[in-house]
Amino acid sequence: MDISDFYDTFFEEAEELLADMERLLLDLDVDDPDIEDLNAIFRAAHSIKGGAGTFGFTVLQETTHLLENLLDHTRRGELNLRRDIVDTFLETKDMLHDQLDAYRNGNEPDADAFERICRVLQQMALEELGQGQAVEAATPAAPEPEPEPEAVDSAPSAESNSQRLAITFVGVGDKDRGLLVEELQHFGQVIAQAGDNERYRIELESAESRDDIEAVLCFIIEPEQLVIEPISAPAVIAETTTSSEPASSGSGGAGDVPPPAATGTAPGTSQADSPKAEPATREKGKSKPAAKPAKGAESSTIRVPVDKVDQIINLVGELIITQSMLEQTASDMDIVSHGPLVNGMNLLQRNARDLQESVMSIRMMPMDYVFSRFPRLVRDLAAKLGKDVELVTEGKSTELDKSLIERIIDPLTHLVRNSLDHGLESPEKRQAAGKSPTGRLTLSAQHQGGNILIEVIDDGAGLNREKILAKAKSNGLAVTDTMSDDDVWQLIFAPGFSTAEQVSDVSGRGVGMDVVKRNIQEMGGHVEILSQPGQGTTTRIVLPLTLAILDGMSIRCGGETFILPLNAVLESLQPQIEDIYSMAGDDQLLKVRDEYLPIITLHQALDVAGAKTEVTEAIAVIVQGEGRRYALMVDDLIGQQQVVVKNLETNYRKVPGISAATILGDGSVALILDIADLHRLDRRKSQQRHEEKRNYLQEVSPA
Amino acid sequence: MTTQASAATTVNDAASSEYLVFSLGEEEYAVDILKVQEIRGYENVTRIANVPDFIKGVTNLRGVIVPIIDLRLKFNLAKVEYGGQTVVIVVNVAERIVGIVVDGVSDVMSLTPDQIKPAPEFGVTLSSDYLNGIGSLDDRMLVLVDIEKLLTHNEMQLIEHTAEHA
Repeated sequence: MDISDFYDTFFEEAEELLADMERLLLDLDVDDPDIEDLNAIFRAAHSIKGGAGTFGFTVLQETTHLLENLLDHTRRGELNLRRDIVDTFLETKDMLHDQLDAYRNGNEPDADAFERICRVLQQMALEELGQGQAVEAATPAAPEPEPEPEAVDSAPSAESNSQRLAITFVGVGDKDRGLLVEELQHFGQVIAQAGDNERYRIELESAESRDDIEAVLCFIIEPEQLVIEPISAPAVIAETTTSSEPASSGSGGAGDVPPPAATGTAPGTSQADSPKAEPATREKGKSKPAAKPAKGAESSTIRVPVDKVDQIINLVGELIITQSMLEQTASDMDIVSHGPLVNGMNLLQRNARDLQESVMSIRMMPMDYVFSRFPRLVRDLAAKLGKDVELVTEGKSTELDKSLIERIIDPLTHLVRNSLDHGLESPEKRQAAGKSPTGRLTLSAQHQGGNILIEVIDDGAGLNREKILAKAKSNGLAVTDTMSDDDVWQLIFAPGFSTAEQVSDVSGRGVGMDVVKRNIQEMGGHVEILSQPGQGTTTRIVLPLTLAILDGMSIRCGGETFILPLNAVLESLQPQIEDIYSMAGDDQLLKVRDEYLPIITLHQALDVAGAKTEVTEAIAVIVQGEGRRYALMVDDLIGQQQVVVKNLETNYRKVPGISAATILGDGSVALILDIADLHRLDRRKSQQRHEEKRNYLQEVSPA
Repeated sequence: MTTQASAATTVNDAASSEYLVFSLGEEEYAVDILKVQEIRGYENVTRIANVPDFIKGVTNLRGVIVPIIDLRLKFNLAKVEYGGQTVVIVVNVAERIVGIVVDGVSDVMSLTPDQIKPAPEFGVTLSSDYLNGIGSLDDRMLVLVDIEKLLTHNEMQLIEHTAEHA
C-alpha cells in the first residue's frame, strides 16, 4: 500500500486537531490558563507535526515545530500568556490550515507566509523567553525548509538529561513492532528490547515525556496495547541485544516511510529545557488519564462518504414506497382468512418506519458544527470594530440535515457580521444609552414542529425605520411612509441595499442580505426580522428539518392528486359566498377572520380539467409561503402522509409552481406544490387572461 | 461507450452500427441502440401543467422521475392514439433519462455506412440538424434520428437552458 493512501486520513485528522486547537485557544483564560488545556493544545500541535513529518509535508511540519516549542514553554509556565500571544497562536493556526489546504490540493504552501510566520514565532520566542537558547531552538528549523536532518541526531543528544522508560507492547505483531521500535529511536536510545508477540518490553532512554511518546505510538497501535512506566533505577542493565539494528531491519513496510523527523525534540530545546525537564514530566504524567478516554472515543466513529449515506436513504425511501404499495393491496384482503399476512404487514410498516428514522438520523448533524466557528469570528471582528461583544449560543445540540447545515453557514456568517457591524453599538454609545457596555449577541437554534428555528439576536440599536425608507426611496424602490414595520424590514433584503454610512470591509457593500434571503429560500426556508429601536434586532431563519422526506397533505383537484407541504398548511375551510370579495380584474380575496387573503385557484393555475369551478363548492386551504398567506382552492383533502421527495430536475427541469415530485403508494407520481411560486404563476396567468380579453375587446371595437 | 459500440458490431461489418427501429404513424424511424435503456408500456403518466403539449408528463421508473414526451405530437403527426401497442422507449441522453412515446417498435437493424445517405434539407417540423441521415434498406426508408441532439435542443424545453434565466 502506498503511503499516499493515508493522506486523506491525515488531512481529516489534522483538520479536526486544528479545530480543537482553535476551540481550546479561544476558551483559554489568559490570566489563569488550565494546564490540561495547554497540554491538549500542545498535543494537537505535536500530533500534526508528527503526521506532517511522516508524510514529508516539510513546511507544515516546521511551522508546527515552532508553535510546539512555544506551546511547550507555555505549559511549563516559562512563557506568560497574553492576549496578543494567543492571537499569534490563532494566526499560526490559520496559517497551518492554509498550509494543510495547499498540501491537500497538491500545491506547495505559500513560502512568503511561511517565512513571515516563522519570523513572528521566533521573535516571540526571543522576546518572551529572553533566552538565547530559544532562538537556537527555532533557527535550525526555519530557514531551510528542505531537509530535516536535525531530528535524526536528537537521540544521542538527549542522553544527558533523559529518563528511562519501560515500554511494554501487549499483543503487537512483528511488523507493527518494527515500526514502533523505529519510531521510538527518534525519541531517544533504545537500550534493550525483548519479548514475543504477547508482551514485548523495550527500555528507552529519552528526554521526551511518556505522554508524548504515547501520543505518537498511538498512531500505530491502540492505547490499550501500550504500557509505559518509568524505571526509577537508572542502573538497569540491558538484558539482550543492545543495538537497535535488528528491529529496524525487521519490518518490510517501515522502509517506505520517510523518517518522521522531528517527532522527537530538536536538539536545541532538549538542552535548553534540561533544568526544568523533571517537574514538567511529572506534570505531564498527571495529565495522562485525561488524554486516554479521548483517544478511546475516536474508534467509536466511522467515516463514510456522503454519497453512500444518500444511497441508503434513497433505498429506504424506495422501501417505504413499496411497503405502502403492499399495504394498500393487503388492506383490501379479508382479515380473517389472511390474519398472518395483515399482522406481517403491520410489523413491516413499523420496522420500515424505524429504519427510515434511523437512516435519516445519520444525516443529521448538531448545530454546534455551525456555531463553533463563530466565537473566533466574533472575537476578531469585535476587536477590529472596537466593540465589546459577548457571544451566547443556545441549542447547540439541535440537529439539522447535513446538506442544510453546510449551506446555512454562509448566510449565518453574514447575519452575524451585520449584527456586529450595524446592530451593536460602540461601548461609549451603549453606555450613553444606559446599556451595559458589553454587547450581547445570541445565536440560538431550536425545533419547532417540522422546522428548525435559527435566530441571530443582538441587543443593539435596532433597525432605523427612517433611514431604511430614505434609502429605499433613493434606490427607487416603491415605498410609502405608512408601510408596516415588517414590510420596511423586508426592504433590507432588496438587492444592493445598505444603510451603512461607511462601507467597511466587514459589511456595508450592500451585497449580502439579498443573497442571504435567496440562499435560505433555496433551502426551502424563509427569513423574518423583528426589531425594536434601542432594544436590538432578531433575525429569524426558519428551515425545514430535512430535504429528503416531507410531511405532506395530499389534495385532489379534478382527477389529479397533489401534495402540499404540511408546514405550509395552516387550516382548511369551506368558503361562504359572502366572504369572497372581487378586486379589479378577476382577482379574488377570501376574508378569513378579518384578514383578506388572495385566492389561488389551483385548477386555473395548473389547468386541471374537471375540477370544481364554483368557489363555494371547493375547499379553501389556508397556506403560507415566503411569509405570506394565501387561500388555495382545491376540490378535496385526501389526508396526511410522509412522502419521499424526488427531484424533478434530475431528468427534467424546474416546473413553475412545483417544487419537486414524489411517488404515491400506487406507484404513480404526484407533484409537490410550491406555494409562493404557485402564486406567481397564478398572477402571471390571470394577467395573460386579462390581456387576451383586452386585445379581444380592442379587436371587436376598433376605435 | 465506444468500446461497447465496437463489441456490439464485431459480428457484422466492422463499420456498421445498430439501430432500434420504431414507427410513428406510417413512417419508420430509428435511433442508435446504444442510447436506448429499455422499452416499456405507456402507463401512469402524471400530467404537468403549463408545458408544451408534446411533454406528456412524468412517470415513475423504479423510483426515478422520468419525463415522457410524445414524438408524434412533436412531429405533428395526425394519428395520435394510445392503445395496447403504444410503447415508451426509454433513452439515456446527456446524463438524463427520457421516455419517448412511439406507435410501436419493430426491430433492430444493422446499417453499414453505405446504407446511410445524408439527410436532405427538411421541412420545418423535423430539422435535418436532428438527423444522422436516411437509412435505406431494400425498399424501406428509415429516418435516423439523432436523439441526443433532438432532446437536448432548446425547442424541446426538456432541459433548463441558462440563457432563459438571465
